[in-house]
Amino acid sequence: MEPIIKIQNLDKEFRQKNTEVHALRGVSLDIYKGDIYGIIGMSGAGKSTLVRCLNFLERPTAGTVIVDGEDLSALSDKELREKRKNIGMIFQHFNLLMQRSVLDNVCFPMEIAGVKKSEARKKALEYLEIVGLTEKANAYPVQLSGGQKQRVAIARVLASDPKILLCDEATSALDPQTTKSILQLLKQINREYGITIVVITHEMAVVQEICSHVAIIDQGNLVEHGTMEEIFLSPKSKEAKRLIYQGYENVAEMKGKRCVRIVFSENSSYEPVIANMVMAFKTPVNILYANTRNLDGVAKGEMVLQLPEDEPMAEKMIVWLKNAKLAVEELENYVGQ
Amino acid sequence: MLDSSTIEMIIEGIGETLWMTCMSTLFGYIIGLPLGVLLTVTGADGIKKNPVVYKIVDVITNLLRSVPFLILMITIRPLTRLIAGKSYGATATIVPLTVAAAPYIARMVESSLKEVDRGVIEAAQSMGASVWEIIWKVLLPEGRTSLVVNATIAMNTILGYSAMSGACAGGGLGDIALRYGYQRWMPKILMITVVLLVILAQLIQMIGMFCSRVIDRRRT
Repeated sequence: MEPIIKIQNLDKEFRQKNTEVHALRGVSLDIYKGDIYGIIGMSGAGKSTLVRCLNFLERPTAGTVIVDGEDLSALSDKELREKRKNIGMIFQHFNLLMQRSVLDNVCFPMEIAGVKKSEARKKALEYLEIVGLTEKANAYPVQLSGGQKQRVAIARVLASDPKILLCDEATSALDPQTTKSILQLLKQINREYGITIVVITHEMAVVQEICSHVAIIDQGNLVEHGTMEEIFLSPKSKEAKRLIYQGYENVAEMKGKRCVRIVFSENSSYEPVIANMVMAFKTPVNILYANTRNLDGVAKGEMVLQLPEDEPMAEKMIVWLKNAKLAVEELENYVGQ
Repeated sequence: MLDSSTIEMIIEGIGETLWMTCMSTLFGYIIGLPLGVLLTVTGADGIKKNPVVYKIVDVITNLLRSVPFLILMITIRPLTRLIAGKSYGATATIVPLTVAAAPYIARMVESSLKEVDRGVIEAAQSMGASVWEIIWKVLLPEGRTSLVVNATIAMNTILGYSAMSGACAGGGLGDIALRYGYQRWMPKILMITVVLLVILAQLIQMIGMFCSRVIDRRRT
Protein backbone atom coordinates (compact mmCIF):
# COMPACT_ATOMS: atom_id res chain seq x y z
CA MET A 1 0.00 0.00 0.00
CA GLU A 2 1.21 3.49 -0.88
CA PRO A 3 1.46 5.91 2.02
CA ILE A 4 -0.99 8.82 1.87
CA ILE A 5 1.81 11.16 2.99
CA LYS A 6 5.36 10.37 1.97
CA ILE A 7 8.03 12.68 3.31
CA GLN A 8 11.49 12.22 1.85
CA ASN A 9 14.70 13.88 3.02
CA LEU A 10 12.95 17.04 3.99
CA ASP A 11 15.18 20.02 4.75
CA LYS A 12 14.08 23.45 5.80
CA GLU A 13 16.33 26.41 6.45
CA PHE A 14 15.14 29.83 7.47
CA ARG A 15 17.44 32.61 6.41
CA GLN A 16 17.12 35.77 8.39
CA LYS A 17 19.46 38.70 7.89
CA ASN A 18 22.62 37.18 9.30
CA THR A 19 21.57 33.94 10.88
CA GLU A 20 20.47 30.65 9.43
CA VAL A 21 18.12 28.41 11.29
CA HIS A 22 18.08 24.78 10.26
CA ALA A 23 14.53 23.80 11.24
CA LEU A 24 14.46 20.37 9.59
CA ARG A 25 17.29 18.08 8.58
CA GLY A 26 16.68 15.14 6.28
CA VAL A 27 13.33 14.08 7.71
CA SER A 28 11.73 11.03 6.06
CA LEU A 29 8.45 9.56 7.17
CA ASP A 30 5.60 7.49 5.72
CA ILE A 31 2.08 8.02 6.96
CA TYR A 32 -0.63 5.60 5.85
CA LYS A 33 -4.33 6.14 5.32
CA GLY A 34 -6.28 5.88 8.54
CA ASP A 35 -3.29 6.45 10.82
CA ILE A 36 -3.37 8.89 13.65
CA TYR A 37 0.25 9.91 13.52
CA GLY A 38 1.71 11.81 16.43
CA ILE A 39 4.72 14.03 15.90
CA ILE A 40 6.14 14.98 19.24
CA GLY A 41 9.04 17.16 20.28
CA MET A 42 10.07 20.00 22.54
CA SER A 43 9.24 23.52 21.49
CA GLY A 44 11.61 24.65 18.78
CA ALA A 45 12.23 21.08 17.64
CA GLY A 46 10.84 21.84 14.19
CA LYS A 47 7.51 20.06 14.42
CA SER A 48 5.40 23.06 13.48
CA THR A 49 7.62 23.64 10.47
CA LEU A 50 7.29 19.99 9.55
CA VAL A 51 3.49 20.08 9.62
CA ARG A 52 3.47 23.28 7.53
CA CYS A 53 5.56 21.50 4.92
CA LEU A 54 2.78 18.91 4.59
CA ASN A 55 0.47 21.48 2.98
CA PHE A 56 3.25 23.75 1.73
CA LEU A 57 2.35 26.68 3.93
CA GLU A 58 6.12 26.47 4.24
CA ARG A 59 8.08 25.43 1.20
CA PRO A 60 10.84 23.01 2.12
CA THR A 61 14.39 23.95 1.13
CA ALA A 62 15.04 20.42 -0.12
CA GLY A 63 13.31 17.06 -0.24
CA THR A 64 9.86 16.02 -1.36
CA VAL A 65 6.42 15.72 0.12
CA ILE A 66 4.08 13.38 -1.73
CA VAL A 67 0.47 13.60 -0.67
CA ASP A 68 -1.95 11.07 -2.10
CA GLY A 69 0.43 10.32 -4.97
CA GLU A 70 1.13 13.95 -5.91
CA ASP A 71 4.44 15.69 -5.35
CA LEU A 72 3.49 19.05 -3.82
CA SER A 73 6.52 20.84 -5.22
CA ALA A 74 5.44 19.94 -8.77
CA LEU A 75 2.06 21.65 -8.40
CA SER A 76 1.24 25.13 -9.69
CA ASP A 77 -0.17 27.69 -7.25
CA LYS A 78 -3.69 26.94 -8.42
CA GLU A 79 -3.23 23.17 -8.20
CA LEU A 80 -1.71 23.57 -4.76
CA ARG A 81 -4.76 25.52 -3.58
CA GLU A 82 -7.01 22.74 -4.87
CA LYS A 83 -4.83 20.18 -3.13
CA ARG A 84 -5.05 22.04 0.16
CA LYS A 85 -8.80 21.61 0.10
CA ASN A 86 -8.12 17.91 0.79
CA ILE A 87 -5.79 18.71 3.67
CA GLY A 88 -7.55 20.28 6.63
CA MET A 89 -5.70 22.02 9.41
CA ILE A 90 -6.58 23.07 12.95
CA PHE A 91 -4.48 25.29 15.17
CA GLN A 92 -3.51 25.99 18.75
CA HIS A 93 -5.31 29.32 18.76
CA PHE A 94 -8.25 28.05 16.69
CA ASN A 95 -7.93 30.86 14.11
CA LEU A 96 -11.63 31.44 13.62
CA LEU A 97 -12.90 34.49 11.77
CA MET A 98 -13.89 36.70 14.68
CA GLN A 99 -16.31 38.84 12.70
CA ARG A 100 -18.28 35.88 11.37
CA SER A 101 -20.89 33.83 13.16
CA VAL A 102 -20.15 30.19 13.97
CA LEU A 103 -22.33 29.07 11.06
CA ASP A 104 -20.58 31.42 8.62
CA ASN A 105 -17.19 30.21 9.85
CA VAL A 106 -18.17 26.66 8.97
CA CYS A 107 -19.49 27.90 5.58
CA PHE A 108 -16.14 29.55 4.78
CA PRO A 109 -14.39 26.61 3.06
CA MET A 110 -17.57 25.85 1.14
CA GLU A 111 -17.70 29.46 -0.09
CA ILE A 112 -14.18 29.01 -1.40
CA ALA A 113 -15.17 25.74 -3.03
CA GLY A 114 -18.10 27.49 -4.72
CA VAL A 115 -20.90 25.63 -2.95
CA LYS A 116 -24.28 27.36 -3.19
CA LYS A 117 -25.06 29.43 -0.11
CA SER A 118 -28.30 27.66 0.88
CA GLU A 119 -26.68 24.27 0.49
CA ALA A 120 -23.58 25.38 2.39
CA ARG A 121 -25.71 26.52 5.33
CA LYS A 122 -27.56 23.24 5.41
CA LYS A 123 -24.33 21.26 5.39
CA ALA A 124 -22.71 23.55 7.95
CA LEU A 125 -25.52 22.75 10.38
CA GLU A 126 -24.86 19.05 9.86
CA TYR A 127 -21.17 19.52 10.64
CA LEU A 128 -22.04 21.55 13.72
CA GLU A 129 -24.20 18.69 14.83
CA ILE A 130 -21.28 16.27 14.52
CA VAL A 131 -19.20 18.44 16.85
CA GLY A 132 -22.19 19.03 19.14
CA LEU A 133 -22.59 22.78 18.70
CA THR A 134 -25.84 23.16 16.78
CA GLU A 135 -27.28 25.56 19.33
CA LYS A 136 -24.29 27.91 18.89
CA ALA A 137 -24.78 28.33 15.13
CA ASN A 138 -25.66 32.01 15.40
CA ALA A 139 -23.18 32.87 18.15
CA TYR A 140 -19.90 34.65 17.46
CA PRO A 141 -16.50 33.12 18.32
CA VAL A 142 -15.93 35.60 21.15
CA GLN A 143 -18.88 34.09 22.99
CA LEU A 144 -17.40 30.57 22.95
CA SER A 145 -15.01 28.77 25.28
CA GLY A 146 -11.70 27.44 23.99
CA GLY A 147 -13.03 23.91 23.59
CA GLN A 148 -16.08 25.16 21.71
CA LYS A 149 -13.88 27.26 19.42
CA GLN A 150 -11.81 24.20 18.57
CA ARG A 151 -15.01 22.28 17.85
CA VAL A 152 -16.06 25.00 15.43
CA ALA A 153 -12.63 24.78 13.82
CA ILE A 154 -13.09 21.02 13.47
CA ALA A 155 -16.55 21.49 11.93
CA ARG A 156 -14.99 24.02 9.53
CA VAL A 157 -12.34 21.51 8.56
CA LEU A 158 -14.94 18.80 7.96
CA ALA A 159 -16.78 21.19 5.65
CA SER A 160 -13.98 20.91 3.12
CA ASP A 161 -14.32 17.13 3.17
CA PRO A 162 -10.61 16.48 3.72
CA LYS A 163 -8.68 13.23 3.44
CA ILE A 164 -6.05 14.43 5.87
CA LEU A 165 -6.31 16.55 8.99
CA LEU A 166 -3.25 18.33 10.37
CA CYS A 167 -3.46 19.36 14.02
CA ASP A 168 -0.88 21.93 15.08
CA GLU A 169 -0.83 21.85 18.89
CA ALA A 170 -4.61 21.75 18.67
CA THR A 171 -5.11 21.04 22.36
CA SER A 172 -2.22 23.00 23.85
CA ALA A 173 -4.39 25.97 24.81
CA LEU A 174 -7.05 23.80 26.44
CA ASP A 175 -7.45 22.40 29.95
CA PRO A 176 -6.98 18.63 30.47
CA GLN A 177 -10.69 17.82 30.51
CA THR A 178 -11.41 19.75 27.32
CA THR A 179 -8.29 18.28 25.73
CA LYS A 180 -9.69 14.83 26.36
CA SER A 181 -13.03 15.61 24.75
CA ILE A 182 -11.39 17.20 21.70
CA LEU A 183 -9.12 14.17 21.32
CA GLN A 184 -12.14 11.87 21.51
CA LEU A 185 -13.78 13.93 18.78
CA LEU A 186 -10.68 13.61 16.59
CA LYS A 187 -10.67 9.88 17.15
CA GLN A 188 -14.32 9.69 16.18
CA ILE A 189 -13.63 11.61 12.99
CA ASN A 190 -10.73 9.32 12.18
CA ARG A 191 -12.89 6.24 12.69
CA GLU A 192 -16.12 7.37 11.04
CA TYR A 193 -14.77 9.30 8.08
CA GLY A 194 -11.47 7.51 7.58
CA ILE A 195 -9.59 10.80 7.78
CA THR A 196 -5.86 10.40 8.33
CA ILE A 197 -4.77 12.64 11.20
CA VAL A 198 -1.35 14.12 11.91
CA VAL A 199 -1.05 15.40 15.46
CA ILE A 200 1.71 17.83 16.36
CA THR A 201 2.23 18.18 20.08
CA HIS A 202 4.74 18.56 22.87
CA GLU A 203 2.57 16.56 25.27
CA MET A 204 3.10 12.82 25.61
CA ALA A 205 -0.39 12.48 27.11
CA VAL A 206 -1.96 13.63 23.83
CA VAL A 207 0.00 11.13 21.76
CA GLN A 208 -0.76 8.31 24.21
CA GLU A 209 -4.43 9.10 24.15
CA ILE A 210 -5.13 8.81 20.43
CA CYS A 211 -2.12 8.07 18.27
CA SER A 212 -1.54 4.80 16.47
CA HIS A 213 1.96 5.89 15.45
CA VAL A 214 4.47 8.33 16.78
CA ALA A 215 7.54 10.13 15.47
CA ILE A 216 9.92 11.95 17.77
CA ILE A 217 11.63 15.02 16.47
CA ASP A 218 14.51 16.79 18.13
CA GLN A 219 16.44 19.79 16.82
CA GLY A 220 15.15 19.22 13.32
CA ASN A 221 16.03 15.55 13.26
CA LEU A 222 13.62 12.67 13.26
CA VAL A 223 15.15 10.56 16.02
CA GLU A 224 12.72 7.67 16.29
CA HIS A 225 9.41 6.54 14.86
CA GLY A 226 7.14 3.54 14.95
CA THR A 227 3.83 2.35 16.30
CA MET A 228 2.80 3.78 19.64
CA GLU A 229 3.12 0.30 21.13
CA GLU A 230 6.70 -0.19 19.94
CA ILE A 231 7.88 3.17 21.21
CA PHE A 232 6.06 2.85 24.51
CA LEU A 233 7.34 -0.64 25.26
CA SER A 234 10.94 0.00 24.34
CA PRO A 235 11.99 3.53 23.53
CA LYS A 236 15.47 3.51 22.00
CA SER A 237 16.66 7.06 21.55
CA LYS A 238 17.49 9.39 24.41
CA GLU A 239 14.68 11.74 23.40
CA ALA A 240 12.11 8.94 23.23
CA LYS A 241 13.16 7.72 26.67
CA ARG A 242 12.90 11.20 28.05
CA LEU A 243 9.33 11.45 26.78
CA ILE A 244 8.22 8.00 27.89
CA TYR A 245 9.90 8.16 31.30
CA GLN A 246 8.28 11.47 32.17
CA GLY A 247 7.45 11.40 35.86
CA TYR A 248 10.27 9.08 36.87
CA GLU A 249 12.53 11.99 37.78
CA ASN A 250 10.63 12.32 41.03
CA VAL A 251 11.99 8.97 42.16
CA ALA A 252 15.34 9.99 43.56
CA GLU A 253 16.81 6.60 44.45
CA MET A 254 16.31 5.31 40.96
CA LYS A 255 19.49 6.73 39.52
CA GLY A 256 22.55 4.54 39.50
CA LYS A 257 20.92 1.45 40.98
CA ARG A 258 19.77 -1.75 39.38
CA CYS A 259 16.38 -0.64 38.05
CA VAL A 260 14.12 -2.12 35.40
CA ARG A 261 10.97 -0.82 33.80
CA ILE A 262 8.27 -3.34 33.06
CA VAL A 263 5.12 -2.84 31.06
CA PHE A 264 2.05 -4.97 31.59
CA SER A 265 -0.03 -5.75 28.57
CA GLU A 266 -3.63 -6.89 28.83
CA ASN A 267 -3.13 -10.62 29.49
CA SER A 268 -0.36 -10.24 32.05
CA SER A 269 -2.36 -7.91 34.25
CA TYR A 270 -4.64 -10.74 35.39
CA GLU A 271 -1.80 -12.43 37.25
CA PRO A 272 -0.06 -11.15 40.38
CA VAL A 273 3.27 -11.20 38.58
CA ILE A 274 5.41 -9.29 41.06
CA ALA A 275 4.05 -11.19 44.05
CA ASN A 276 4.70 -14.48 42.26
CA MET A 277 8.26 -13.46 41.48
CA VAL A 278 9.02 -12.42 45.04
CA MET A 279 7.70 -15.77 46.26
CA ALA A 280 9.59 -17.73 43.61
CA PHE A 281 12.94 -16.09 44.45
CA LYS A 282 12.26 -15.51 48.14
CA THR A 283 13.89 -12.12 47.67
CA PRO A 284 12.05 -8.80 47.90
CA VAL A 285 12.11 -6.13 45.20
CA ASN A 286 11.43 -2.47 45.66
CA ILE A 287 8.65 -0.85 43.65
CA LEU A 288 9.84 2.68 42.87
CA TYR A 289 7.15 3.79 40.48
CA ALA A 290 3.87 2.47 39.17
CA ASN A 291 1.33 3.95 36.86
CA THR A 292 -1.32 3.00 34.36
CA ARG A 293 -1.58 4.83 31.10
CA ASN A 294 -4.23 4.77 28.49
CA LEU A 295 -2.50 3.91 25.27
CA ASP A 296 -4.68 4.37 22.21
CA GLY A 297 -7.66 3.15 24.22
CA VAL A 298 -5.85 0.23 25.86
CA ALA A 299 -4.82 0.44 29.50
CA LYS A 300 -1.14 -0.29 30.01
CA GLY A 301 0.45 -0.71 33.41
CA GLU A 302 4.04 0.31 33.89
CA MET A 303 6.26 -0.16 36.87
CA VAL A 304 9.83 0.60 37.83
CA LEU A 305 11.41 -2.05 40.05
CA GLN A 306 14.64 -1.90 41.97
CA LEU A 307 16.15 -5.39 41.81
CA PRO A 308 18.50 -6.87 44.43
CA GLU A 309 22.16 -5.81 44.40
CA ASP A 310 23.05 -9.47 43.89
CA GLU A 311 23.92 -9.57 40.16
CA PRO A 312 23.09 -13.23 39.28
CA MET A 313 19.81 -12.91 41.18
CA ALA A 314 18.89 -9.73 39.30
CA GLU A 315 19.71 -11.42 35.99
CA LYS A 316 17.52 -14.37 36.86
CA MET A 317 14.68 -12.07 37.78
CA ILE A 318 14.89 -10.27 34.45
CA VAL A 319 14.69 -13.59 32.61
CA TRP A 320 11.77 -14.57 34.79
CA LEU A 321 9.90 -11.34 34.02
CA LYS A 322 10.57 -11.73 30.31
CA ASN A 323 9.19 -15.26 30.43
CA ALA A 324 6.04 -13.84 32.02
CA LYS A 325 5.57 -12.01 28.69
CA LEU A 326 6.31 -8.58 30.07
CA ALA A 327 8.26 -5.91 28.28
CA VAL A 328 11.36 -5.48 30.41
CA GLU A 329 13.94 -2.78 30.07
CA GLU A 330 16.92 -1.83 32.15
CA LEU A 331 17.11 1.78 33.17
CA GLU A 332 20.81 1.76 34.01
CA ASN A 333 21.76 4.29 31.42
CA TYR A 334 18.88 6.55 32.06
CA VAL A 335 19.83 9.66 33.95
CA GLY A 336 16.73 11.78 34.16
CA GLN A 337 16.32 14.93 32.15
CA MET B 1 -27.14 89.89 15.13
CA LEU B 2 -26.22 88.49 11.76
CA ASP B 3 -28.19 89.50 8.73
CA SER B 4 -29.92 86.88 6.61
CA SER B 5 -27.39 86.97 3.79
CA THR B 6 -24.58 86.20 6.22
CA ILE B 7 -26.55 83.31 7.66
CA GLU B 8 -27.22 82.07 4.15
CA MET B 9 -23.52 82.29 3.36
CA ILE B 10 -22.58 80.33 6.45
CA ILE B 11 -25.15 77.63 5.71
CA GLU B 12 -23.79 77.40 2.20
CA GLY B 13 -20.31 77.16 3.71
CA ILE B 14 -21.34 74.21 5.87
CA GLY B 15 -22.74 72.51 2.79
CA GLU B 16 -19.55 73.13 0.80
CA THR B 17 -17.35 71.88 3.62
CA LEU B 18 -19.38 68.70 3.99
CA TRP B 19 -19.41 68.22 0.22
CA MET B 20 -15.64 68.61 -0.02
CA THR B 21 -14.94 66.41 2.98
CA CYS B 22 -17.29 63.61 1.99
CA MET B 23 -16.33 63.54 -1.67
CA SER B 24 -12.61 63.72 -0.92
CA THR B 25 -12.94 60.91 1.61
CA LEU B 26 -14.84 58.86 -0.96
CA PHE B 27 -12.33 59.46 -3.74
CA GLY B 28 -9.48 59.15 -1.27
CA TYR B 29 -10.70 55.67 -0.38
CA ILE B 30 -11.33 54.72 -4.00
CA ILE B 31 -7.61 55.31 -4.58
CA GLY B 32 -6.19 54.72 -1.10
CA LEU B 33 -7.98 51.49 -0.17
CA PRO B 34 -6.57 49.44 -3.07
CA LEU B 35 -3.15 50.98 -2.46
CA GLY B 36 -3.35 50.07 1.23
CA VAL B 37 -4.34 46.53 0.32
CA LEU B 38 -1.46 46.42 -2.16
CA LEU B 39 0.99 47.58 0.53
CA THR B 40 -0.30 44.93 2.97
CA VAL B 41 -0.28 42.09 0.50
CA THR B 42 3.11 42.82 -1.08
CA GLY B 43 4.79 43.82 2.19
CA ALA B 44 7.32 41.81 4.18
CA ASP B 45 4.70 39.68 6.00
CA GLY B 46 2.25 39.82 3.11
CA ILE B 47 0.49 36.92 1.46
CA LYS B 48 1.95 37.79 -1.96
CA LYS B 49 5.33 39.28 -1.14
CA ASN B 50 6.74 41.54 -3.82
CA PRO B 51 9.51 43.83 -2.59
CA VAL B 52 9.69 45.80 -5.87
CA VAL B 53 5.98 46.67 -6.02
CA TYR B 54 5.97 47.40 -2.30
CA LYS B 55 8.95 49.73 -2.54
CA ILE B 56 7.44 51.70 -5.46
CA VAL B 57 4.09 52.26 -3.72
CA ASP B 58 5.90 52.89 -0.44
CA VAL B 59 8.08 55.64 -1.92
CA ILE B 60 5.19 57.33 -3.78
CA THR B 61 2.98 57.46 -0.69
CA ASN B 62 5.84 58.79 1.43
CA LEU B 63 6.69 61.48 -1.13
CA LEU B 64 3.10 62.68 -1.45
CA ARG B 65 2.63 62.65 2.29
CA SER B 66 5.69 64.74 2.92
CA VAL B 67 4.44 67.69 0.81
CA PRO B 68 2.52 70.16 3.01
CA PHE B 69 -1.10 70.41 1.91
CA LEU B 70 -1.13 74.08 0.88
CA ILE B 71 2.00 73.66 -1.21
CA LEU B 72 0.54 70.53 -2.80
CA MET B 73 -2.67 72.38 -3.58
CA ILE B 74 -0.79 75.13 -5.42
CA THR B 75 1.59 72.73 -7.14
CA ILE B 76 -1.08 70.58 -8.70
CA ARG B 77 -3.22 73.49 -9.87
CA PRO B 78 -2.84 72.51 -13.57
CA LEU B 79 -4.11 69.03 -12.73
CA THR B 80 -7.02 70.48 -10.78
CA ARG B 81 -7.94 72.71 -13.73
CA LEU B 82 -7.70 69.73 -16.07
CA ILE B 83 -10.03 67.60 -13.98
CA ALA B 84 -12.45 70.13 -12.49
CA GLY B 85 -12.36 72.80 -15.18
CA LYS B 86 -11.28 75.49 -12.70
CA SER B 87 -8.89 75.78 -9.79
CA TYR B 88 -11.01 77.54 -7.15
CA GLY B 89 -14.21 76.74 -5.28
CA ALA B 90 -15.33 73.74 -3.30
CA THR B 91 -15.74 71.25 -6.12
CA ALA B 92 -12.31 71.97 -7.60
CA THR B 93 -10.71 71.63 -4.16
CA ILE B 94 -11.84 68.02 -4.04
CA VAL B 95 -8.97 67.26 -6.45
CA PRO B 96 -6.05 68.38 -4.24
CA LEU B 97 -7.83 67.06 -1.15
CA THR B 98 -8.09 63.64 -2.78
CA VAL B 99 -4.45 63.70 -3.87
CA ALA B 100 -3.39 64.56 -0.33
CA ALA B 101 -5.75 62.09 1.35
CA ALA B 102 -5.15 59.00 -0.83
CA PRO B 103 -1.59 58.22 0.34
CA TYR B 104 -2.55 59.00 3.92
CA ILE B 105 -5.53 56.65 3.64
CA ALA B 106 -3.33 54.00 2.03
CA ARG B 107 -1.10 54.03 5.13
CA MET B 108 -4.11 53.92 7.46
CA VAL B 109 -5.55 50.95 5.57
CA GLU B 110 -2.19 49.19 5.66
CA SER B 111 -1.93 49.57 9.42
CA SER B 112 -5.53 48.36 9.90
CA LEU B 113 -5.04 45.27 7.76
CA LYS B 114 -1.74 44.43 9.44
CA GLU B 115 -3.68 44.06 12.68
CA VAL B 116 -5.59 41.10 11.26
CA ASP B 117 -4.47 37.94 13.04
CA ARG B 118 -1.77 36.18 11.02
CA GLY B 119 -3.17 32.83 12.19
CA VAL B 120 -6.56 33.48 10.63
CA ILE B 121 -4.90 34.29 7.32
CA GLU B 122 -2.87 31.09 7.61
CA ALA B 123 -6.07 29.15 8.29
CA ALA B 124 -7.62 30.58 5.12
CA GLN B 125 -4.49 29.65 3.16
CA SER B 126 -4.63 26.13 4.55
CA MET B 127 -8.18 25.89 3.18
CA GLY B 128 -6.94 26.74 -0.29
CA ALA B 129 -8.15 30.35 -0.40
CA SER B 130 -6.63 32.49 -3.16
CA VAL B 131 -5.07 35.90 -2.58
CA TRP B 132 -8.28 37.60 -3.75
CA GLU B 133 -10.43 35.47 -1.48
CA ILE B 134 -8.20 36.27 1.46
CA ILE B 135 -8.44 40.00 0.72
CA TRP B 136 -12.24 39.99 0.33
CA LYS B 137 -13.23 37.37 2.86
CA VAL B 138 -10.56 37.69 5.53
CA LEU B 139 -8.49 40.90 5.49
CA LEU B 140 -11.22 43.46 4.84
CA PRO B 141 -14.04 41.92 6.93
CA GLU B 142 -11.77 41.00 9.84
CA GLY B 143 -10.08 44.40 9.80
CA ARG B 144 -13.32 46.35 9.43
CA THR B 145 -13.50 47.81 12.93
CA SER B 146 -10.05 49.28 12.66
CA LEU B 147 -10.76 50.38 9.06
CA VAL B 148 -13.78 52.37 10.22
CA VAL B 149 -11.91 53.91 13.16
CA ASN B 150 -9.14 54.98 10.80
CA ALA B 151 -11.67 56.24 8.23
CA THR B 152 -13.04 58.51 10.94
CA ILE B 153 -9.59 59.86 11.66
CA ALA B 154 -8.93 60.28 7.92
CA MET B 155 -12.19 62.14 7.43
CA ASN B 156 -11.41 64.56 10.24
CA THR B 157 -7.96 65.16 8.78
CA ILE B 158 -9.58 65.93 5.43
CA LEU B 159 -12.02 68.27 7.18
CA GLY B 160 -8.99 70.12 8.57
CA TYR B 161 -7.35 70.28 5.13
CA SER B 162 -10.57 71.53 3.57
CA ALA B 163 -10.62 74.46 6.00
CA MET B 164 -6.97 75.13 5.18
CA SER B 165 -7.82 75.24 1.48
CA GLY B 166 -9.71 78.47 2.24
CA ALA B 167 -6.32 80.17 2.00
CA CYS B 168 -6.41 79.51 -1.75
CA ALA B 169 -10.08 80.23 -2.38
CA GLY B 170 -11.02 76.64 -1.65
CA GLY B 171 -14.59 77.36 -0.60
CA GLY B 172 -16.42 76.18 2.51
CA LEU B 173 -16.18 77.34 6.14
CA GLY B 174 -12.41 77.81 6.06
CA ASP B 175 -12.77 80.21 3.16
CA ILE B 176 -15.41 82.22 5.04
CA ALA B 177 -13.30 82.28 8.19
CA LEU B 178 -10.31 83.68 6.31
CA ARG B 179 -12.09 86.15 4.04
CA TYR B 180 -14.61 87.58 6.50
CA GLY B 181 -13.24 86.65 9.88
CA TYR B 182 -9.59 87.41 9.25
CA GLN B 183 -9.16 89.71 6.24
CA ARG B 184 -12.20 91.90 6.98
CA TRP B 185 -11.79 91.41 10.71
CA MET B 186 -15.27 90.24 11.62
CA PRO B 187 -14.54 88.32 14.84
CA LYS B 188 -18.11 87.11 15.17
CA ILE B 189 -17.99 85.28 11.84
CA LEU B 190 -14.56 83.92 12.68
CA MET B 191 -15.89 82.52 15.96
CA ILE B 192 -18.99 81.03 14.36
CA THR B 193 -17.02 79.22 11.66
CA VAL B 194 -14.54 77.88 14.21
CA VAL B 195 -17.36 76.61 16.42
CA LEU B 196 -19.07 75.03 13.42
CA LEU B 197 -15.85 73.29 12.35
CA VAL B 198 -15.41 71.93 15.87
CA ILE B 199 -19.00 70.66 15.90
CA LEU B 200 -18.53 69.01 12.50
CA ALA B 201 -15.35 67.29 13.68
CA GLN B 202 -17.11 66.05 16.80
CA LEU B 203 -20.06 64.74 14.78
CA ILE B 204 -17.80 62.86 12.38
CA GLN B 205 -15.91 61.38 15.32
CA MET B 206 -19.07 60.31 17.12
CA ILE B 207 -20.74 58.76 14.10
CA GLY B 208 -17.52 56.95 13.13
CA MET B 209 -16.97 55.50 16.59
CA PHE B 210 -20.60 54.46 16.81
CA CYS B 211 -20.38 52.63 13.47
CA SER B 212 -17.14 50.88 14.41
CA ARG B 213 -18.77 49.58 17.59
CA VAL B 214 -21.92 48.42 15.87
CA ILE B 215 -20.08 46.33 13.28
CA ASP B 216 -17.66 44.74 15.76
CA ARG B 217 -18.60 41.16 16.66
CA ARG B 218 -15.72 40.70 19.04
CA ARG B 219 -17.66 42.28 21.89
CA THR B 220 -19.30 39.88 24.28
